[in-house]
Amino acid sequence: MFGKLSWSAIPIDQPIPMITSGVVALVILSVLAWVVLAGHLPYLWREWITSVDHKRIGVMYTLLALVMLLRGFADALMMRGQQAVAFQAQGYLPPEHYNQIFSAHGTIMIFFVAMPFVIGLMNLVVPLQLGVRDVAFPTLNSVGFWLTATGALLVNISLVVGEFARTGWLPYPPLSELTYSPGVGVDYYLWSLQISGIGTLVAGINLVTTVLKLRTKGMNYLRMPMFCWTTLASNLLIVAAFPILTATLAMLILDRYFGFHFFTNEAGGNVMMFMNLIWAWGHPEVYILVLPAFGIFSEVVSTFSGKPLFGYRSMVLATMAICVISFMVWLHHFFTMGAGPNVNAIFGIASMIIAVPTGVKIYNWLFTMYLGRVRFTTPMLWAIGFMVTFLIGGLTGVLVAVPPADFLLHNSLFLVAHFHNVIIGGVLFGAFAGYTYWFSKAFGFRLHEGLGKAAFWCWLIGFYVAFMPLYAVGLLGMTRRMQHYDVPEWRPWLLVAAVGALIIFAGIVFQILQLVVSIRHRVELRDRTGDPWDGRSLEWATASPPPVFNFAVTPVVSGADAYWAMKVRARRDGASDQSPDYKDIEMPRNSPTGFVCAFFATVMGFALIWHIWWMVAAGMVGAFATFVVFAWRDHDEYVIPAADVARIDQVNVDARRALMSGAV
Amino acid sequence: MSTIVLGHADPHHLGGLHAADHAGPASKRIVTGYGFWIFLLSDIVMFSCFFAAYAVLSGQTADGPKGSELFDLRSVAAETGCLLLSSFTCGLASIAADVREKTLFQLAMALTCALGLAFLSLEVREFASLVARGAGPTRSAFLSAFFTLVGCHGLHVSAGVLWLLTMMAQVIAKGFRADIQRRLLCFALFWHALDIIWVALFSVVYLLGAGQ
Amino acid sequence: MSDLPLEPHATDVAPGDEGEIQIRARILGYVVGLGIAIVLTITSFFIAGTDLVWQPSIPVAIVVLAIAQMGVHLVFFLHITTGPDNTNNVMALAFGVLIVFLVIGGSLWIMSNLNQNMMPMDQIMQMQR
Repeated sequence: MFGKLSWSAIPIDQPIPMITSGVVALVILSVLAWVVLAGHLPYLWREWITSVDHKRIGVMYTLLALVMLLRGFADALMMRGQQAVAFQAQGYLPPEHYNQIFSAHGTIMIFFVAMPFVIGLMNLVVPLQLGVRDVAFPTLNSVGFWLTATGALLVNISLVVGEFARTGWLPYPPLSELTYSPGVGVDYYLWSLQISGIGTLVAGINLVTTVLKLRTKGMNYLRMPMFCWTTLASNLLIVAAFPILTATLAMLILDRYFGFHFFTNEAGGNVMMFMNLIWAWGHPEVYILVLPAFGIFSEVVSTFSGKPLFGYRSMVLATMAICVISFMVWLHHFFTMGAGPNVNAIFGIASMIIAVPTGVKIYNWLFTMYLGRVRFTTPMLWAIGFMVTFLIGGLTGVLVAVPPADFLLHNSLFLVAHFHNVIIGGVLFGAFAGYTYWFSKAFGFRLHEGLGKAAFWCWLIGFYVAFMPLYAVGLLGMTRRMQHYDVPEWRPWLLVAAVGALIIFAGIVFQILQLVVSIRHRVELRDRTGDPWDGRSLEWATASPPPVFNFAVTPVVSGADAYWAMKVRARRDGASDQSPDYKDIEMPRNSPTGFVCAFFATVMGFALIWHIWWMVAAGMVGAFATFVVFAWRDHDEYVIPAADVARIDQVNVDARRALMSGAV
Repeated sequence: MSTIVLGHADPHHLGGLHAADHAGPASKRIVTGYGFWIFLLSDIVMFSCFFAAYAVLSGQTADGPKGSELFDLRSVAAETGCLLLSSFTCGLASIAADVREKTLFQLAMALTCALGLAFLSLEVREFASLVARGAGPTRSAFLSAFFTLVGCHGLHVSAGVLWLLTMMAQVIAKGFRADIQRRLLCFALFWHALDIIWVALFSVVYLLGAGQ
Repeated sequence: MSDLPLEPHATDVAPGDEGEIQIRARILGYVVGLGIAIVLTITSFFIAGTDLVWQPSIPVAIVVLAIAQMGVHLVFFLHITTGPDNTNNVMALAFGVLIVFLVIGGSLWIMSNLNQNMMPMDQIMQMQR
């Protein structure tokens, strides 16, 4: 009846997961109880859960990322703690638990923190920057978000019911095959990634189509803000790379569920095919994450330097070059696994070549700041911190791209330090910059600057204290994923690294504090003009938060830095008193399709993990029925009358006039 | 605010690069069709992984049967014929939908469906006979890759048939509304793309495999 | 989605759409496409089984015929053209084809190189026994 599922699946004998999940369950239940008792449920359902508004969906993606960041960071603290104490001792985490923690940490940080964070920001901002009312496929957008959330939910269910994979964030066979991992851990990994992978693919298709097909009048390709370009490149990579992940994981699933022989040791299976295919996805993946961050930095640096972006065209070229070259370097993740010198050399050279366009970008940002009036706001601090940190990460990356060097450094903590250097210093700093920069756009009030700066300094210093020692200890020969060790020379470095993790923890505390304080002081921090940073692109041309239709009258663009040009014109010619020509606006209606679909996907995923076949069938039928019901509806849009548009827009128009006449 | 003076409408001097201004958002038909086109490309990339796996593993028979001992090219030719004809009838259905000919549309769609089902039944028969001969997917890495690649295409055809039936029902219930026309455009793209994948499939798997 | 009047875009067309063409011409297009496809298919099947041509040329011929047939399908059934209204569609297709070649070609190259340099897994396992 319930497949492999029984009461023994709940790890009652292990205090750490039980206490953690108890606390988490308590928090979730109390939040739910508060929502229901305070009567917020209808509001939540109407305005958020069924919303197809790209801004709302973007916010929910970001929220998911922030919550999962706490989970992933808790794992990180536990690992640093373990390695600090496990010198010639077992430490406090048994090996099977430690292995689950490093696997969960990597999986969660990449798939459920970094991905939703950048996708959330792209969702929130790109339609606004393009001057349009929504993304190409609003309902699918909601489906994509809820499927991502499903994946995150399944990973976290594994904490209480069963176990998570012990195979690392990429489940290399033969360890991940049924023979060596008979438990449900790898299955949790596989199905949560398959489900969230569909969500990511949907988001990618949506954003590519949005950028290429939905731009406002006059928004030529070479007038798009840089963030739109990097969004295009990143989502093209999603569309091209995520199917590879889906196919590869599907092969592993077939091996595990039906006894196929893709990656087994027997019957001609080839484990190297897994490494090959997974990295054909895995390398583009890192550019999927970092390209949007590059876009955010471009916006931030240009805004806070008060100058147009230096070398816009070279930046576009560099972005698109990365988009293509990132598909030609994947072998550098397995230099040591037996390829000949010719293959290694070619992929090594390609890996070094891809550093060139990234270098171009660094120079462009530097020259944008040069001779600018730089304002050192929190987003700008993140951007400058990024430039220094990412440069170091990039250089160590070029170092490990040299095959002979990689033979020494492969799988050592040097590598761990390198990719944390580029992912924290690149992706996460970028996401935090974007979060601070666009927070006021999403909610109508700014984040507290002082606490934001405190969080930045803690993160920056904490990062260096935590990861520079890992470079050193990697060079001393320490491999990654060690549950305990006996080498006395490593100990001091690992103790320092643990302190660094605590400093980062302080940064996270400051970020939570910043959010709480900002919400409490939202009246003082309110952004009345919609343009708190003196911005340059169209998202600042509308109110904060924007009305559901984004723009009362869609803007017409005649050059790059569209909103800056509008401001220049308005200051020169004086604000026109003419009321714009408002028209009725058609907007897509809300739909519970995404949420219902995700419900069935959760049921199906859980049933697949535990081999409950009747439940799989029920989930599948439910998901198909949901789509048919969705396809059958007759009214998918509603009309906002011109009079209402005019009324909503009046507040914004008044604020703009005040801003233009210099009264602010 | 002296910085304002610095700003001008064309900071990157791109004026000469693009003479015409972008005309604004594309129509819904173009947006939907393009989005689906992108999806199809991603689907083809997924197939390319299964092709790659097949190409790498096709020699790994683990002392089991080889392709040339298993494949029945007459059955493959029949399957190919079904799919090619179904692509043609699917094209007729698109034309019928554009001129709003309900009967012709339903007839063409029904024919497409029948041809699709004929293809599926031939494929199921082939798979069943292979398994019965002890050449199932668990026999060797080659057969795992073969069943996955061909089966994945078969699953796509099955999903296409399900979609096709849904579209026939939708046209009966709602007529040729604009949103339904857009879905029909996507369906036609899907069905024709499956044909392209089948061309690669019968060439690489069956014809090249039979020669080995 | 947009309140702008949806004027016909001369510069843009949905993939699969043919623009303003008469019904007769459209049907003829499908007939021609089907005809060429059938001829190419039959040639492929014939070459695969024949002794009439130089044997090593057979795989090359089959691959060439397959690529030709895919092109025919793209043009006659999916209506992808090189016209200016199809730029985006063709660019997306080109990107997809590039990725497909990189994945398949790269995998084959890497894996054959690995197999030359390393013993196959089953043999390693046998040595360990």
